[in-house]
Amino acid sequence: MLRYAFWRMMTAVPTLFVVVTLSFFMIRIAPGGPFDQERALDPVIRANLERTYHLDLPLVQQYGIYLKNLLHGDLGPSFTMPEFSVAELLHAGLPVSIRIGGLALLLALILGGAMGVIAALYRDGWADRAVVGFATAGSTIPTFVVAPLFQLVFALGLNWLPVGGWNDGAFHNLIGPVICLMLPQLAVVARLMRSSMIEALHTHHIRTARAMGLSEAAVVGRHALRSALLPVVSYAGPAAAALMTGSVVVETVFSIPGIGRYFVDAALNRDYTVVMGAVVVLAVFTILFNLIVDIAYTLVDPRVRYD
Amino acid sequence: MRHHHLRLPLSGIALVAVLTLPLAGMAETVLNRGNLDDPESLDPHRTSTLAEANLMRDLFSGLMGLDPDAKLIPDAAASWRVSDDGLSYTFTLRADGKWSDGSPVTAADFVYSWRRVVTPETAAEYAYMLAPVKNAEAITAGTLPPEDLGIRAIDDLTLEVTLNGPTPYFLQMLTHQSTYPVQKANVEAFGAAFTKPGNLVSNGAYVLGDFVPNDHITLTRNPEFYDAANVSIDTVNYYPTADASAAVKRFEAGELDVNRDFPTEQTADLQAKFGDQLRVGPTLGTYYYGFKIDKAPWDEVALRQAISMLIDRDFLAEKVWQDTMLPAYSFVPPGIDGYESAALDYAGMSQIDREEQAEAILTGLGIGPDHPLALELRFNTSDNNANTAVAVQEMLAPFGIEVSLVNLDTKSHYGYLEQKGDYDLARAAWFADYVDPENFLALCKTGTGNNTTLYSDGDFDALLEKAALETDPAKRMGDLHDAEAIGVARDLCVVPLMFYSYHNLVSDRVGGWGDNVMDVHPTRFLSIK
Repeated sequence: MLRYAFWRMMTAVPTLFVVVTLSFFMIRIAPGGPFDQERALDPVIRANLERTYHLDLPLVQQYGIYLKNLLHGDLGPSFTMPEFSVAELLHAGLPVSIRIGGLALLLALILGGAMGVIAALYRDGWADRAVVGFATAGSTIPTFVVAPLFQLVFALGLNWLPVGGWNDGAFHNLIGPVICLMLPQLAVVARLMRSSMIEALHTHHIRTARAMGLSEAAVVGRHALRSALLPVVSYAGPAAAALMTGSVVVETVFSIPGIGRYFVDAALNRDYTVVMGAVVVLAVFTILFNLIVDIAYTLVDPRVRYD
Repeated sequence: MRHHHLRLPLSGIALVAVLTLPLAGMAETVLNRGNLDDPESLDPHRTSTLAEANLMRDLFSGLMGLDPDAKLIPDAAASWRVSDDGLSYTFTLRADGKWSDGSPVTAADFVYSWRRVVTPETAAEYAYMLAPVKNAEAITAGTLPPEDLGIRAIDDLTLEVTLNGPTPYFLQMLTHQSTYPVQKANVEAFGAAFTKPGNLVSNGAYVLGDFVPNDHITLTRNPEFYDAANVSIDTVNYYPTADASAAVKRFEAGELDVNRDFPTEQTADLQAKFGDQLRVGPTLGTYYYGFKIDKAPWDEVALRQAISMLIDRDFLAEKVWQDTMLPAYSFVPPGIDGYESAALDYAGMSQIDREEQAEAILTGLGIGPDHPLALELRFNTSDNNANTAVAVQEMLAPFGIEVSLVNLDTKSHYGYLEQKGDYDLARAAWFADYVDPENFLALCKTGTGNNTTLYSDGDFDALLEKAALETDPAKRMGDLHDAEAIGVARDLCVVPLMFYSYHNLVSDRVGGWGDNVMDVHPTRFLSIK
């Protein structure tokens, strides 16, 4: 198992290298640059700026400098916020995104899992219909509709919660973003759980367990749930990477200082180093969570072994 | 092992609970300002955006400032004297001017700061604000050392500035944050990190307390500020409010006292809901289209005029922009003391008359529904820009001008224009850096960086140069008016469409808010009722 994990970490290095290389050149293909704006810069001033950021060097040489700095853990300064290094921006924003994304995923897994199991157990009953209806609504109504509605109802209407802001992560300020981030995930998890549970309940080993007179709780909780969890676990890996690297919509609507908006804002601003930093974080998270998922398989399903 | 799975997230919840902080006490007066975006920099010499300008006006004091009505007032300077030829300015600094660390603000601070602005290594985007100062441009270009800049300290409180030529708007330029002083000891002690909270020493009404990117910036009252006794608000929080709809909700909930901007399509609803708290009025900003003038058929001025006549500016301002813009028939917006804009000839005509006249011109040029002319209109992506372009497309279609639309994101659009890429008609906008018509008209001067239409006219350039040397303010404004009459009204070096307006949300709680064309509102003049 350890050897497997180690081997997986090793293959992550070339993967990261490919991701970094492709992103580096792709963002440069986009027209315009960090210093193009409504008012043109004087050529002399522009040259001074470009020299400061090594943008006057040939692209390959810039790539070399970037790789060298990256190996030393230096992601460079932001172009649009030169007083912050990319590392500082990520250091400030990543914990926020991880906290909100992590809570949203956790709640989605627990609640969605429970909803899926109940729907499967009472298939075609009212509970099942409610869960299926909710899951359909949850995955079709986009967050940019849900989030402002949430603000209208719970902040402006009922006055229970603040409209937005981070307030150092105060509990009240977390509720809205976490719920809005969670809802679409909840819907997916509930649906996945429901269908895999229905399938699991029809397998031979469950029929055997029932035949042996095990209690329904033991049948469902110990045996069916285990095999039904597999699709949810495989979904949770990429979902965790996506959620913990922030959401542009939730962060913008709720004024949350996470890193999700760097993926969009930095790309539009041609803030090359921040884009690269965000890409590296997303790539690392994706690789990491996929590894965790693969290891989790062995815990959930004894048939899976890595040796 | 399975329990282990559960424990991790649970400890996460515990962590959240521990990190949940109680709210701070409310004994002090706090102003919460929605400020559009985070600053890119807090170094006054490296700032360029409107959001940054608001912060800089609170943190620093330049030689000159703007009062709540955007009228010029002395700030760090107590008085000044201009030589008869207009080439030399002698400023006497306030004797009670202090940095936030208690040390005095001296003439040497300004000498150090201005040299810093024009030094190539500083890479200051707004280095050109000091271009009128002797040798500034040569220093920025790296051909002269910074010590050759036309500024010297005669004694601790006396500063002498030498200009290239008389520059009547020079005092106005000194209200811009790129001319503000930074403290030499502070910059040298911390290098690039001098702007970090805890490091920054400033000489304005406020000092930097806290900066969390994408979250908030907190400024607190500077007790060393010369006019601290008259500063009423203790703490001001600046919030980035990129999402205007969310910002309106935060304003409604009382989480924001002020916000710049609201979604203009909701103007009527918001007016009904907020009444006087909604502030809309003209600013010094122009929304315009520009033809690629160095290329056929757009080098034909009659064709440019005909197309300009066909654009119904009232419709754009009232319907497309919901009255948050004003129709424009000149490039220089109204609101500059002593200046009368040179309007387009057809400013006073009805749209129907304009269309008749335009149709006659187009027929003369052989253009009509049977012989259509293709026109590619480029703009930077935004809903309002797209709606404007579509409206223009509809206005021109019946007259045989077939408009195709191309939109790119902002960086790509302006990158394309600045590289003088090929196009027919392109959208752009200009906001005044200082209150003077020259700031607009320089866009049409031959060879300047922002002259993307590549207009070039000897008479126009000569009038601008004449105005630059004119010491009599009235005559100078007359020259600038004549220049606008040639460059804009006669030749359409740019096609003015609309003037921008400020649209602010200002809570009834906030006192001292003056509506003004520069849309500047230093916190030191505000209060909480």
